[in-house]
Amino acid sequence: MLALVARRLMQLVPTIIIVSMMIFGLQQLLPGDPATIMAGEERDPEVIEQIRKQYRLDQPIPLQYVYWIKGVVKGDLGESMRLKEPVSRLVAQKLPVTLQLAAMAMLIAILIGVPAGIVSAVKKDTPWDYIVNVISLWGISTPNFWLGILMIFLFSVHLGWLPASGYVSPFENPWQSLKTTIMPAFVLGNSIAGVLMRHTRAAMLQALSSDYVRTARAKGLGETRVILAHAMRNALTPVITLGALEFGTLLSGAVLTEQIFTIPGFGKLIVDAVFNRDYAVVQGVVLVTSATYILLNLLADLGYILVNPRLRT
Amino acid sequence: MSAGVSTLPAASRPETPMQRAWRRLKARKAAMFGLVVILALVLIAIFAPLIAPFDPTRQSWAAVRKAPSALHWFGTDEVGRDLLSRVIFGTRASLAAGVVSVGIAVALGVPLGLLAGYGPRWADTVLSRITDAMLASPFLILAIALAAFLGPSLTNAMIAIGVTATPIFIRLTRGQVMTVKVEDYVESARAVGNPRWRIAVKHILPNVMPQLLVQITLTIAMAVIAEASLSFLGLGQQPPAPSWGSMLNSAQRFLTNAPWMAIWPGLAIFVTVLSFNLLGDGLRDAFDPRERG
Amino acid sequence: MKAPLRLGLVALLAAPLLAGTALAQSSIRIGLAEDPDVLDPTLARTYVGRIVFSSICDKLFDIDEKLAVVPQLALSHETSADGKTVTIKLRPGVKFHDGEPLDAEAAKFSLDRHRTMQGSFRRGELSQIAAVEVVDPLTIKIQLKTPFSPLIAQLTDRSGMMVSPKAAKEAGDKFGQKPVCAGPYKFVERVQQDRIVVEKFADYWNKANVSIDKITYVPIADSTVRLANLKSGQLDLIERALATDLKDIRSTAGLKVATAYELGYQGLTINVGKGEAAKGPLGSDPRVRQALEAAIDREAIVQVVFNGEFKPGNQWINPDNAFYQKSLPVPKRDIAKAKKLLAEAGVKTPVPVDLMVPNNPETRQVAEVIQAMAAEAGFDIKIRVTEFATSLKEAEAGNYQAYILAWSGRTDPDGNIHSFASTGAPNNYSAYSNATVDAALNEARTKNGMPERMAAYQKAASQLLTDLPIVYLYHRLVIIAHRDRLEGYRQMPDGLVRVVGLKVKG
Repeated sequence: MLALVARRLMQLVPTIIIVSMMIFGLQQLLPGDPATIMAGEERDPEVIEQIRKQYRLDQPIPLQYVYWIKGVVKGDLGESMRLKEPVSRLVAQKLPVTLQLAAMAMLIAILIGVPAGIVSAVKKDTPWDYIVNVISLWGISTPNFWLGILMIFLFSVHLGWLPASGYVSPFENPWQSLKTTIMPAFVLGNSIAGVLMRHTRAAMLQALSSDYVRTARAKGLGETRVILAHAMRNALTPVITLGALEFGTLLSGAVLTEQIFTIPGFGKLIVDAVFNRDYAVVQGVVLVTSATYILLNLLADLGYILVNPRLRT
Repeated sequence: MSAGVSTLPAASRPETPMQRAWRRLKARKAAMFGLVVILALVLIAIFAPLIAPFDPTRQSWAAVRKAPSALHWFGTDEVGRDLLSRVIFGTRASLAAGVVSVGIAVALGVPLGLLAGYGPRWADTVLSRITDAMLASPFLILAIALAAFLGPSLTNAMIAIGVTATPIFIRLTRGQVMTVKVEDYVESARAVGNPRWRIAVKHILPNVMPQLLVQITLTIAMAVIAEASLSFLGLGQQPPAPSWGSMLNSAQRFLTNAPWMAIWPGLAIFVTVLSFNLLGDGLRDAFDPRERG
Repeated sequence: MKAPLRLGLVALLAAPLLAGTALAQSSIRIGLAEDPDVLDPTLARTYVGRIVFSSICDKLFDIDEKLAVVPQLALSHETSADGKTVTIKLRPGVKFHDGEPLDAEAAKFSLDRHRTMQGSFRRGELSQIAAVEVVDPLTIKIQLKTPFSPLIAQLTDRSGMMVSPKAAKEAGDKFGQKPVCAGPYKFVERVQQDRIVVEKFADYWNKANVSIDKITYVPIADSTVRLANLKSGQLDLIERALATDLKDIRSTAGLKVATAYELGYQGLTINVGKGEAAKGPLGSDPRVRQALEAAIDREAIVQVVFNGEFKPGNQWINPDNAFYQKSLPVPKRDIAKAKKLLAEAGVKTPVPVDLMVPNNPETRQVAEVIQAMAAEAGFDIKIRVTEFATSLKEAEAGNYQAYILAWSGRTDPDGNIHSFASTGAPNNYSAYSNATVDAALNEARTKNGMPERMAAYQKAASQLLTDLPIVYLYHRLVIIAHRDRLEGYRQMPDGLVRVVGLKVKG
């Protein structure tokens, strides 16, 4: 067991290094000179030169990469050229926002997806199955930016129930915080709900046809008891661990959702940074999210193995 | 009677896995609905010039942002173009984006997956790390960065999405290879002296097909949304050619003035993606060996 | 004994009420179209940043609706006969937010900081200054290398913003994280991409006209969402409302609109001298460019894309500006003339044009309309939507034939043309070079009198409007929408949101 953990941790390091090289390289390939963009409308050539020097953009690329990595190891993710703030501070400010959104989205996804998956499995091939199928598939099939726009139109412009944009921290005002995050969380959660439904359905189907359930049925236990007591318990565990893996999808979805709802989170930070060629921000944020995702992956795998001893070999 | 020819009547010849899957698929109404819609979309895309009532790029400055009417069933957009025609022609961009991107991802991903699973050890290590790295980064960010690098255009968006989706197929193929390669018939083929690549193509690949088909369908759905997202950000299909995503981008400013501009393209994306998802789910169930029937 | 007791009780009961009203803070929320960059007047480069500056950083001078210079932190200016010395008298009794006095030393410090600090974006604007001298505690003298009439206009913007020497010296280039200036409001806090909060400065020199206690600036990029917030009351004022929303705003109860035509312009920059792309028919023959201009219907563009709210233009300043050459009015569309010009130039139609378009929906729409218009005259325009960052690079490298580019505008006309049309100037993406124009533009910026400057600009304009390195299209309307609880708001052409004089009703 320990050997497994050790091996996976060792695999983590080269993966993160590759991520860092990949995102660094990709940024360098992007046409457009950050110094020119930072130089403002006046485009003073002297200022452009000076910005280049300050951010080491005049150095050969491999050298720039080394400087960056050296900083990262020390905990310094560099400085945002556009906002002139340390990237680590930006990350610390924005990560909780996106995490709150992601957590709420996950909750919504579970509330929609898991019951839907159970119903779909238990009532397989009946009209209930189709209905539930379409409802949860609706989430994956709708582009989240479209859903977001429509929801703003309905709930903010037309009905005036919810604010159209902005974010309030739950520590400031929990009720207002809920009002500002419920729509984007719903939009995000929708897309995951379908995936969770599928996983739950598959796991339930497998559980329902398994030996111990057949035994329970044979013993004469009521169907509801069979479902709730036996099948669900075993079906849910892989679902939860798989849910952790959806973190990556949530982050991708957050990019456009935050744009539309103007939530000052990670997603918006990255998109603005890419369009402004704010290298340090993009690199730092992608590195952090990738590392988190890989760690979550690892934890999910470990969790899965812990729960299912048969996989320990 | 010669021993090698089957003399059983056709009806009771054991069915191949493919035939069984097709039969099961036909039984699933949702999946068939999806298939029918997809075929309809393909036809719409092919026969767009015959179906569309107007030229999708013809501007009409007197008929800007008109509501749906008898003349313009879906209304007009911000420069007076007929929305119905634009949605119809937009089918081409979206379907092409879906199919071509996934085509790229499969063409790159499957061979690499085979290599990782059945090739030399070092290839597996390298490819697995790269795949992990790509899957760890937020998909849309990579796609945006790639598309920005290549330059805004539909072709480049397809390449960007295809490349970003490749690791999905590498991982899928590799996984299947790992399961299959320990089977007896593979081992015996090896023992007889068949070269690895031949075994990979002749024996392993056919077993990957079912899972591959399912994943292809589902990834096409994802690619259509990705193309819409990129076009929404301005990185995909360029004006004046229509694309559902860029139509949504233009529609954003006019939500209160002309909401129909946002409804139709979004609905089109929804229907397309839903159909691919339904088909994919149906295929998955149809190929599932644990299923009875 | 009863009366005083009763009075005492009343006073006791009334006191919390009075205290309550005194404590009741009036606060407003302003919606911005983008998140400003760094809040340091020396290092700032965005248009939206100036909107925040107008509440926290006062300048030496300001402008009124007619673009005339009015006193703010300085009371008067006087230029010597040879034009090389400008004497400025400062307003007495002004304090910075940290209590430091605004004297000549502080003014000199601020100007020198703009001129010399590493990374300063004000360098180019103040490059004509040779030295700043302190004459007495309330007077400074600016020595110029050559006469430079746009100088005072520069001092009505960021270059004229005064910063506290003490705070600036302590913070260095981190000054932007906690700016200390001399405006009506002082900086409280900022959460990137979320909000900027400022509160009333008790010792402001004009405090009698400042009544609102707190202002929160909120960046909201989506204009539909920004307007939705205004309608629902979550914002009190928004900038850059869309022209296509004006009708809706005007008919909504509780909302008011304030507008002014901008200082800048939107135009088609044409590559006439940079690299291979310039060698095509459009770049090499002015008749082809004139044909393109003749094919464009500016009125129609403004009507279709902006509901007729913007103003068509053909010069670098808008037609209401005092420096506009009335002898060269905005031409009407003339397809016959366009075709004739193309025939004269002997080019084969359709003429292909690579049009680079920055990625924003309104600009794209304009590009599509131009494409359709020009097609009727014989141009085959291919639209290439490019990310803004990439488009700058492409423009610098000369990889374009036409480029839709806007300029936010400066108070003095020199700021709208010199850097764009002079040989080798930083904003001259066309790579246009003409000795007559160079001489005329330089003449216009060294002369002080209006008649001489107009004459010089007349010379430049006639040449430029024949050569057409830039085809000016239209001037935008600065559209500010606010709730009617805000009274006293006036809009100036520079687009800034001025907060002095604003009152909250009720």
